[in-house]
Amino acid sequence: MSDEDFIRIDHVTKRFSGIAAVDDANLSIHRGEFFSLLGPSGCGKTTLLRMIAGFEFPAMGEIYVEGARITDVPPHLRPSNMVFQSYAIFPHLNVFDNIAYGLRRARLSKAELAGRVNDALAMIKLEGFGARRADELSGGQRQRVALARALVCRPKVLLLDEPLGALDKRLRESMQIELRQLQKSVGITFVFVTHDQEEALSMSDRIAVMSGGKILQIATPRVLYEQPNCREVADFIGTINFFDGRVVAPNTIDAGPLGTVRIASAEPAGAKILLALRPEKIALTADPVPNAIQGSVVAAAYLGERSHYTIAVPGRSEPVAVSGQNAEKIVTRGHAPGDTVYLSWAADAVVVLPCD
Amino acid sequence: MRNNAGRGGIGLFAYAIFYLAFLYVPVLFLPLFSFNDSVFISFPLTGFTTQWYGQMLADGAMLHALGNSLQVGAIASLVSTMLAIPTAKALTRYRVPGGATILGIVNLSLFIPEIVLGISLLILLNTAGVPRSLATIMLGHIVVCVPFAITVLMSRFDGFDKNLEEASLDLGENGWMTFWRVTFPLVLPGIISSLLLSFMVSFDDFMIAFFLSGDEATLPIYIWGQMRFPYKLPAVLALGALILIVSTVLVVFAESLRSRGLKDRHKMVGA
Repeated sequence: MSDEDFIRIDHVTKRFSGIAAVDDANLSIHRGEFFSLLGPSGCGKTTLLRMIAGFEFPAMGEIYVEGARITDVPPHLRPSNMVFQSYAIFPHLNVFDNIAYGLRRARLSKAELAGRVNDALAMIKLEGFGARRADELSGGQRQRVALARALVCRPKVLLLDEPLGALDKRLRESMQIELRQLQKSVGITFVFVTHDQEEALSMSDRIAVMSGGKILQIATPRVLYEQPNCREVADFIGTINFFDGRVVAPNTIDAGPLGTVRIASAEPAGAKILLALRPEKIALTADPVPNAIQGSVVAAAYLGERSHYTIAVPGRSEPVAVSGQNAEKIVTRGHAPGDTVYLSWAADAVVVLPCD
Repeated sequence: MRNNAGRGGIGLFAYAIFYLAFLYVPVLFLPLFSFNDSVFISFPLTGFTTQWYGQMLADGAMLHALGNSLQVGAIASLVSTMLAIPTAKALTRYRVPGGATILGIVNLSLFIPEIVLGISLLILLNTAGVPRSLATIMLGHIVVCVPFAITVLMSRFDGFDKNLEEASLDLGENGWMTFWRVTFPLVLPGIISSLLLSFMVSFDDFMIAFFLSGDEATLPIYIWGQMRFPYKLPAVLALGALILIVSTVLVVFAESLRSRGLKDRHKMVGA
């Protein structure tokens, strides 16, 4: 086994009453990686996580951790620990006993046990909270206790099921940073489930995007955003404009109302393709520039550091979304509805997707 | 509350008072006459005495019957609660094929008239050639108590997050240890509540015991037998008064445990 195959999900399928919740999933998670499973609710990401934890068993396929097959090993014998979405803090135990729960079996001396638990409390910055009961903790504190309770067992893999979903926005953002730092310092492989694409992009080393039980793409956040491999991934991560196109000559595409676009593409002449262009890759100018297309502003929203524009392009039913950094101070009006503007972009900013 | 204190409010209030009086005044005659200085249960009261309590304590046969009832009640409540725990856990936790039907059949026995149940069990015992004894009463009481116990326990099992049991498994405890370290402490109020209610059902039962008792009588059977002897009645009233107090305390305790459980649960979900 190499570090590349620290966790191996090998053609795993799971069905609930005949419907595939996870459909032939295949992936490898590297040792020490922060790996996210990202997708809308019902895409199968939590089911896949629960199969790694041992709460669900695949109908087909195998799961390996560090080369050992764990497909049908019960959860209490697996080298992983989990942080639940509901945190699942034991309500009849105080914070100390919650964190010590998984250590009781290790038959540590009393001093050693207290030492491990207190170290864990220090790690989550809750020193002195040992005697508190679960119902005396805030949401953020419960989340930290759940994290400490899992990490204190020194698992090979930490599984996190939307652990930040119940927190408010500000707390969630600071926990994202903390969690990421914690993961780097303990060096444990994290498998993180989320439906929040920004959260996944900002925290993960790599992300698997799932939809309808299938894994669509596995890539780094950068590649996922800049080079999505299909329409669904491009659409799910951020905002994007789609254009239908037809290859007329090598690297030359007839994109209908956009005119002829020159981009790097290996598709043969005559092929129908889908072009995708992120809003921030489009430059807006009031004056014509070479290779630009003309449009008119339908709506403009000023958001402080950037502005969002909706542009109507003649011959195209759907408007084009454009987003621009407000690098210069705009005290007077910028582009306003009704203005004629020119859209241009770098040739390599366009993503070519298979037509589906 | 004050908003409702119009004419309708006063009418409702009067109705509530009348209702409570109708429920509890007859019961209160029991302790009242147990302190009355006369063998005859009639007004006017003649004087205060505690002699019936002394007589009650001196009545060996009655105390023996009380002992029988306590024994039957203890064993019937323990066995029916123990039978109900896995049933309630299975019906709330797992997708049991035909679970709703099973629950329906179990609860149906709550609606079978006890006289029918008593006769049926008697026929069964006679057919099987089992002699009637305290043990047969216990068996009959277990049949009656199990649905009560299941109902009480299911409301408790329903209340807590199944992730708690998964968290315990995840932290390395097997199913058995998970039951002892997580499930049992969390359903304990429900278990106590189930024990108390089952005990009361058994202790209170006349009909089943009437059909299934052999030489040994439970307290209700014994009291029924004593009704023929008017001079023994005041001692029965004294015992009745004591039982009334003890059972009221037990039921209030059981109910408070049950509702405290529910409050905990709302807190857990709400936080």
